[in-house]
Amino acid sequence: MKVLVGVKRVVDYAVKVRVQNKSVDLNNVKMSLNPFCEIAVEEAVRLKEGKHADEVVAMSIGPKQCTETLRTALAMGCDRAIHVTTDLRTDYMDLQPYAIAKIFEKVAEQEGTDLVLLGKQGIDSDCGQTGPMLAGFLGWPQVTFAANLEAKDGGIQVERETDAGTETINIPSLPAVVTCDLRLNEPRYATLPNIMKAKKKKVDTIAADSFGIDLEAHNEVLEVFEPPQRQEGIMVDDIDQLVDKLKNEAGVLA
Amino acid sequence: MSLFGRAARLSTITSGAIRRRTTTTTSKTTRQCIFYKRYRQLSTKTAKTAASSDSWILELQSHLATTEVEFSVNKYELERHGRGESYHPTETPDVVVCPTSVDDVITIVQFCAKHKIPIVPFGVGTSVEGHVCCLQGGISLDMKNFVNMEIPNMEDDLLPDPIATVGAGVTRNTLNEALRHTGLQFVVDPGADATLGGMVATGASGTTAVQFGTMRENILAVQCVLADGTLVNTGTKALKNSAGYDLLGLLCGSEGTLGVITEITVKLHPIPENVMAAVCVFDSLQDAAQTVTMLKLCNIPLLRCELLDAMSVKAFNQYQEQQPNNTATKREEKPTLFLEFQAPSMTSLEEQVQMTQSICQDYGGSGFDYCSDEEERKALWAARHSLYYASVKLRPGAKGAILTDACVPLSQFASVIQETAQEIEEKGVVAPTFGHAGDGNFHTIIPIGEDDSEEYIETLHEISNNIVLRSLAAGGTCTGEHGVGYGKTKYLEQQYGPGAVHMMRLVKKSLDPHNIMNPGKVIPN
Repeated sequence: MKVLVGVKRVVDYAVKVRVQNKSVDLNNVKMSLNPFCEIAVEEAVRLKEGKHADEVVAMSIGPKQCTETLRTALAMGCDRAIHVTTDLRTDYMDLQPYAIAKIFEKVAEQEGTDLVLLGKQGIDSDCGQTGPMLAGFLGWPQVTFAANLEAKDGGIQVERETDAGTETINIPSLPAVVTCDLRLNEPRYATLPNIMKAKKKKVDTIAADSFGIDLEAHNEVLEVFEPPQRQEGIMVDDIDQLVDKLKNEAGVLA
Repeated sequence: MSLFGRAARLSTITSGAIRRRTTTTTSKTTRQCIFYKRYRQLSTKTAKTAASSDSWILELQSHLATTEVEFSVNKYELERHGRGESYHPTETPDVVVCPTSVDDVITIVQFCAKHKIPIVPFGVGTSVEGHVCCLQGGISLDMKNFVNMEIPNMEDDLLPDPIATVGAGVTRNTLNEALRHTGLQFVVDPGADATLGGMVATGASGTTAVQFGTMRENILAVQCVLADGTLVNTGTKALKNSAGYDLLGLLCGSEGTLGVITEITVKLHPIPENVMAAVCVFDSLQDAAQTVTMLKLCNIPLLRCELLDAMSVKAFNQYQEQQPNNTATKREEKPTLFLEFQAPSMTSLEEQVQMTQSICQDYGGSGFDYCSDEEERKALWAARHSLYYASVKLRPGAKGAILTDACVPLSQFASVIQETAQEIEEKGVVAPTFGHAGDGNFHTIIPIGEDDSEEYIETLHEISNNIVLRSLAAGGTCTGEHGVGYGKTKYLEQQYGPGAVHMMRLVKKSLDPHNIMNPGKVIPN
């Protein structure tokens, strides 16, 4: 099977995000591989190691620095990469899941992909829409929030985590789209020999606007603001004062 | 965290609001600290320092009014900064100060030098010999804001040096997390997620020391501020250096008594491609220790080499049984060697393991098991990893433990560990013993129960003391990794003789004439 893995370059999870000019300030901010995409890459590489997949292609949409993100995916074990170049912001401000899914649709068709693995959501936009939209455009079956994936008999069996419990879904034959959740696997650390090998792996560059897709945002972002500053707590002298404040000020006690 | 926020808010601090320096005692610590009464008498808790304790904080805040330095006198913050992870009682500072730049540190240190106020640098408080206890109150200098990191960029065509420069407040897990996709790692692993500044100050070590050495062998440069405010940059980024006195060596293990460490350049090593873990059971500690010596003589490079005694394995078995969803197999309650190997290729790795297996068998080892899969390796080493908690659980109701630390030449390792185990058995104490067998370094974990009698606790301290005396007699040291703190200062003269202690005193006196840097630690009085 041929696997296509989506790899998004996002603001690093540890960064304290600031708002500048009505959008998230990305100047000099540390960027890294979206954690859920990393899990998707790991799963794809495991499929290859288990001899279920014969080729794993990583794809990223974004500015020239996406090559770093793709190198990480290659170092983890992907065979080659596709970099769709654009200077449009991919954190929902410019490019939105609809257009992103359209691009993935084109590439999956061109590549003859059997399985698309994506992270369940980008930690910048938190949309979780690209996977389902892509499945819709392709007309393929989809499973989201995968916590376990097993390739068998030409298809895949996926366990998905929901708030109510775990569902097991059987997709008897590919192609399909799967989005990956936290407990699917623990991504490997790339070792130096693999990082060096990755420098030699092929990365194809295609401009985003060469697909003939309308990349314009359908949804308008009205406002971006930081959450209100947390008020400093106060010390109370005794239980009576505490109860009084909980009742009359915080209004959490009847 | 900060009750009073930034230095700018002077008005909220009144002399009544600042808690006078007192020692927090609970019933548990009262029992534990009966042997430390004499250390409390050392502290200069005089009327003079108590009365002036308020105004100096206000004055320091005014010096730092234009900065972002945070001050806190919150009761819980003070307590947290007055203890590490050991049985030493909490000794709180007068105030917790969090500088944000080297200039802040210099201002604070110069102020303290002028007014003779003690400073105790603080990382995350995972030390185990009372290092951060503020025996004379003063300032706990929390380095949490020193979190800058400079790590190799693997994208460059020119391969970068395997080094990283980090602020003293960066913890080792944070560093390794940031290094994830570089293929490099920082190898010193003392167990706790300590800060790198703290690790240099205590000369930390861990399970990988047998192959990579301790902190000493893994730092290239350190920046620190001396007790008079001088900014010092020691070391270089080169791998060898013969220029001038070895200041790096002096600072490593100085436990905050010679200056405030602000930045460190550390060595990194490649994350291994191929790792194998192995386990082997022996009939006696002697056999296991002999095996380790033999492995080293046969030039087999050990990544990790840990020895657990029968009681440790028993602790693990009991602990595992109590865990929900327990899938671990019960281990034989005999001395067990846990080994780890790494190699650039799978074949050389397998060769190493095969050679090891035959050497183990030569010394009567049995049940040799090995695997390379990461999940299986974790399961195989589970006994070693959960040892602290398993040991404390050996005594139901125990909340903490005395953690001993001693290191002897390898030839003496077996007999010292054997005699220790014997004494523990004779005294009927629960105390699992385990060690970094490859270094001749071993620890015992002696759980302390809340209801333990004074005699029992005295016995525990006796055992701890005998371990040290035994190690010194064997030509070893009173502490292999944990440091001196203030509980082991009494052994230094016995270990080194008066000459070395005199030299240490001279160094301390010249670098810190007013004894403001972590007073009461390392150097015996």
